Amino acid sequence: MTKSDLIEVLSEKQSLLNYRDVELAVKLILEQMSDSLSQGDRIEIRGFGSFTLHHRPPRVGRNPKSGESVQLDEKYVPHFKPGKELRDRVNDAAGYQQ
Amino acid sequence: MALTKADMTEQLYDELGFNKREAKELVEMFFEEIRTALEKGEQVKLSGFGNFELRDKSERPGRNPKTGEEIPITARRVVTFRPGQKLKARVDNYAGSK
Repeated sequence: MTKSDLIEVLSEKQSLLNYRDVELAVKLILEQMSDSLSQGDRIEIRGFGSFTLHHRPPRVGRNPKSGESVQLDEKYVPHFKPGKELRDRVNDAAGYQQ
Repeated sequence: MALTKADMTEQLYDELGFNKREAKELVEMFFEEIRTALEKGEQVKLSGFGNFELRDKSERPGRNPKTGEEIPITARRVVTFRPGQKLKARVDNYAGSK
């Protein structure tokens, strides 16, 4: 499913908003989520999951082509932890035992 | 401060002029449709944000960390999130003032 599939499904499933409004809303939600993470704030959606930042300490890396050492700065990367409802639904639907 | 569904609802109300009910319903459905797609075994690709992917893990040996007792970790399907280039770049700029 892509972003445009999601917009499509959402606009079909509810009658209050038109396609254009749903499209703006989906983009706004994703923008707000990206914004929060890039400010170092977490995202917590019960039953879906939480997004946090993980710290990566500075390290010495290598240029894979030249073999030369390069100093890499510390950084933060986004991390998602699925919530219980999402975990259980995905796992159950796949036919695995709990 | 963590971002929650209430903040997203508030933003749809403030910026797009949705009424509270429409806004709340749309935010709820946004996450529900993503869960449904994943439950059906579909990956979800939200360009600019990231992809939710599924991985089938086979059984592996585990241990109860408290008692040290060996118990197998059963086979399961799990959701992973791979942040997109754009989100990674934005988060990378976060200096980390936590």
